Amino acid sequence: MKQFQYVHPASQAAVLDAIAKPGSKIIAGGTNLVDLMKKGVMSPDKLIDINNLPLNTINTSPNGLHIGALTLNSVLSENSLVLDKHPLLAMALKAGASPQLRNMATVGGNMMQRTRCAYFYDTAMPCNKRAPGTGCGAMGGYNRMHAIFGASPQCIAVHPSDMCVALAALDATVTIAGKKGERRIPFTEFHRLPGEHPEMDNHLAAGEMILGLDIPDNNFSKNSYYLKVRDRQSYAFALVSVAAALEIQGGVIKQARLAMGGVAHKPWRLFDAEKFLAGKALTEENFNKAAQLAMLGAKAREYNAFKIKLAPATIAEALKHAGGLV
Amino acid sequence: MNKPIPTSADGLSRVDGRAKVTGAAKYSAEYNQPNMAYAVLVGSTITKGTIATIDTKLAAKAPGVLAVLTYLNSPKVPGHIPTKAQKPGAKSGPLKVFYDNKILYNGHPIAMVVADTFERAQYAASLVKATYNKQAHDTKPPKDLSRGVGAWGGKDFTRGTVDAWKTAPIKLEQEYIHPSEIHNPMELHAIIARWDAPDKLTVWDKTQGTQATRDDIAKAFKLKKEDVQVNSQFVGGAFGSALQVWPHEVAAILGAKVVKRPVKLVLSRPDMFTSVGYRPYTWQKIGIGATADGKLVGITHEAVGQTSTFEDFAEGPINTSKGLYAVPNVTTRYKLLSLDVNTPTWMRGPGEATGAFALESALDELSYALKMDPIDLRLKNYAKVDPDNNKQYSSKYLDEAYAMGAERIGWENRKAEAGTTIQNGWLVGYGMGGGMFGAYRDVAVARAIMKADGTLTIQTAVSDIGPGTGTAMVLIAANKMGIDPGKIKFEMGDSALPLAPMQGGSATTSAVGSAVHDACTVLKEKFQQLMGNGGTDNPDYVKILKEKNLPSLEVLTKSQPGPDNEKYSMQSWSVHFVKVLVHPTTGVIKVDKVVCVADSGKIISPKTARSQVVGGAIGGIGMALMEEAIIDHRYGRFVNNNFADYHVPVNADIPQIEALFVNKPDPYINPIGAKGMGEIALIGMAAAVANAVYNATGKRVRDLPITPDKLI
Ligand SMILES: Cc1cc2nc3c(=O)[nH]c(=O)nc-3n(C[C@H](O)[C@H](O)[C@H](O)COP(=O)(O)OP(=O)(O)OC[C@H]3O[C@@H](n4cnc5c(N)ncnc54)[C@H](O)[C@@H]3O)c2cc1C
Ligand code: SF4
Repeated sequence: MKQFQYVHPASQAAVLDAIAKPGSKIIAGGTNLVDLMKKGVMSPDKLIDINNLPLNTINTSPNGLHIGALTLNSVLSENSLVLDKHPLLAMALKAGASPQLRNMATVGGNMMQRTRCAYFYDTAMPCNKRAPGTGCGAMGGYNRMHAIFGASPQCIAVHPSDMCVALAALDATVTIAGKKGERRIPFTEFHRLPGEHPEMDNHLAAGEMILGLDIPDNNFSKNSYYLKVRDRQSYAFALVSVAAALEIQGGVIKQARLAMGGVAHKPWRLFDAEKFLAGKALTEENFNKAAQLAMLGAKAREYNAFKIKLAPATIAEALKHAGGLV
Repeated sequence: MNKPIPTSADGLSRVDGRAKVTGAAKYSAEYNQPNMAYAVLVGSTITKGTIATIDTKLAAKAPGVLAVLTYLNSPKVPGHIPTKAQKPGAKSGPLKVFYDNKILYNGHPIAMVVADTFERAQYAASLVKATYNKQAHDTKPPKDLSRGVGAWGGKDFTRGTVDAWKTAPIKLEQEYIHPSEIHNPMELHAIIARWDAPDKLTVWDKTQGTQATRDDIAKAFKLKKEDVQVNSQFVGGAFGSALQVWPHEVAAILGAKVVKRPVKLVLSRPDMFTSVGYRPYTWQKIGIGATADGKLVGITHEAVGQTSTFEDFAEGPINTSKGLYAVPNVTTRYKLLSLDVNTPTWMRGPGEATGAFALESALDELSYALKMDPIDLRLKNYAKVDPDNNKQYSSKYLDEAYAMGAERIGWENRKAEAGTTIQNGWLVGYGMGGGMFGAYRDVAVARAIMKADGTLTIQTAVSDIGPGTGTAMVLIAANKMGIDPGKIKFEMGDSALPLAPMQGGSATTSAVGSAVHDACTVLKEKFQQLMGNGGTDNPDYVKILKEKNLPSLEVLTKSQPGPDNEKYSMQSWSVHFVKVLVHPTTGVIKVDKVVCVADSGKIISPKTARSQVVGGAIGGIGMALMEEAIIDHRYGRFVNNNFADYHVPVNADIPQIEALFVNKPDPYINPIGAKGMGEIALIGMAAAVANAVYNATGKRVRDLPITPDKLI
């Protein structure tokens, strides 16, 4: 990899100063960035290690549960507040990567991880995300892992995170800091669709950093489930994954939250299916209908056509688990 | 006929296990030398054509760089210079590294950077830039016989009547695909090359044969064999990928010559996909027919395997169809398709593993067509003599193996109708599949030295890629000499030690084990002679040496196959039983239980034999459900050349695996009664999984791997 500088600032202000300069890049756990640097996919001049900042907190706040950006994926997945209030998040985290990786991976890094598209990773291949204007290698190539929703002619990559799928379902908000101060945006609006600019994964502006997340309190904890379908039982990215959360009152669904992974450039919230489920009984038929609704607008390519069948099957199965039918 | 040895020390654990798990075991890349430099290869990014320009200036100027080798400036390898003109139309042979500007496949090494640190070499390697004259390439694998050219002289084979299966009342014909598999041992291929003098070389190299590697290197560099020293003390898996000398090894040796320092070259994981062979993509078609009561009428087995444009690699996918069952009529057509890819090589169960997937799947399909239990079908066609040559088997207890495995898996729970059992929301299925592999014995030599302190040293050049060779050899010696295994030191992995064949073809225990057995037999006899009066069965070695005032007593014994090895057909046999769970709507597959039974003669070392079988079964699960090296044919380039995307089973994929052994000695193959185990542990396993998936779902997947998308 290219030679680079490495700094370890002591304060948030110093980090913000450092990342304001072009060519600098935050490093947290390094589990994604270092791989990309070794491959020559990303070659920052300067790494800004943010691990000195006090951002590894998990605590209750007026906004619900607050999670600092440096919280480790492993710690978060075993935290008692999380297990108690948002077991869905813990399930999603545990479905991701391997214990060794989760021990290094941070919440901020997980949100910012890049796609696993093989063409993105190989600098000898065309890729609009890595090298804008070179074309999309996956479009007419090996696209088994790729998007069926929200893709553009420029890019059909998916966001690979499991954690983010649960956070999208749980209505989390993201706190972002920049030189001009802090701002908060809904988690579902953090990542973006590729459109004309696949080189941009999300709405974090240059010079900004993630401080943390808030998950509002909810009544989903008893009836939620994360189902990840993958090619092996562990240590594989999702073919399709579903985060399902139900609030059940008197045997009827009061409200539902559904998000899918492995199908789009961002965690894919299934608003129509959620709306349909509100007020419905817990039946397999309703779950299947919701799953079908969620598939409107899906578009397959050569190798990922199976997702058109797998996605609704996974949604229905996740709902069955969440609703206690399995 | 020799009496088989007892295995009193049955419970012996892997003799080098502690060293391995504590990190004390040193692998080739760990023999760092003073003043050592590091080499990194640069591969081509096109698939076919020639290098137009290659710019190494930036790389050469990068910090720490000692040399950048390309075809333009590399010293020529003496053995690469052709001595006679190539026959027209003949292939050019093994890749000659840095020889000319031709690109034969994507990833073809075009340059090598040598620098003072690994990181600097790697960075400089990224600065080497080439331009190419591209030619149209073809990497698309075979999908029928049409484009293949006959392997082995091109002849089709028939026993009995050609394509007789077509005349049978019950018959079927199906195609089966086995994708390319990369060996991907955990340990990356690595070499450290050190020139001790202009004509004297030492290497620490990952190899399955220290002496074969020595001979090949000596030939390539025109050195005397005795001036090449090859060390390979520990090998972290190989599965066949270290059975030959590859271009990266030659490159490292060249690099050391140029920079006049020892050079270390460790392949990267992506390099492993393009540098050390692979199991070839193979298309197969099986036609099989039987009478209504299940007697096989005929099998026709066609196979086309991919190879490179510069070398033919042929193996035996059709062999199982010739020999596994008593069939009067067999036709085989085996061809190779030359593509712009690297050359494949032997990989665990080479040929047979690919062939057994097709044959054992087809037999399963036939069993449903016949409404007959798959085991009954196999027993109905049980071969009592080798159908290929009518020789008697030296030993065969495969029927016992069927019975043992069926009992342990709970075969009686299998439903004859597929897709009918559901438990806790999961479809349940059982399947079985078996395999065979020739049992061999090569010439081998062993030295045995008894020292005054009562310790015994055994020496052979063999390398141990993981099956536990050291452990088996210690057990053989301990039993023969009647001493505690703790007193035995086994020295190996060194080309200067006594002759040993490569560790391949599951023949190590048979060949080297016999040499150790014979050396210990002779050594013991020597002691008995020293004692006089015919000696006793348990000589007190220490006492005798002391009485005779000897510091040690040593023998060097050559052991080789005899007439029996010609007279009999010698095979190892296996059968695998698998229970799977398949989710009906998501297609997720969980292997729930595995029972493997091996009929491989006497089991010398039960613990390492068990590990060997468990490893084979896991490899089979990978073959059945995960492994597939994928090329984007537009570019001719791999798109999953890393461990995140090229899947092998992880712990969560592996259920309880029971390894059972018939454990009856083969009376003819060798003095120890042991046959090979490494290959049969894998052969037939993928079919067993596929057959279980069919039993669970009613869906027959004939193109591996069986991923969830193929079941929904
Ligand atoms: C083999 C493998 C398998 C994996 N499998 C899975 C899986 O199944 N599911 C899954 O979800 N994930 C998986 N992962 C990905 C893993 O979750 C991510 O690598 C990890 O979450 C990244 O976190 P990190 O702290 O190491 O990030 P880093 O590598 O340190 O950083 C990643 C990116 O985030 C940026 N960044 C980090 N923190 C901040 C911040 N606070 N503000 C702004 N930018 C920031 C960095 O600049 C960088 O661009 C896998 C990874 C590997 C290597
Ligand atoms: S899908 Fe996106 S990331 Fe993949 S090759 Fe196309 S542009 Fe690049």
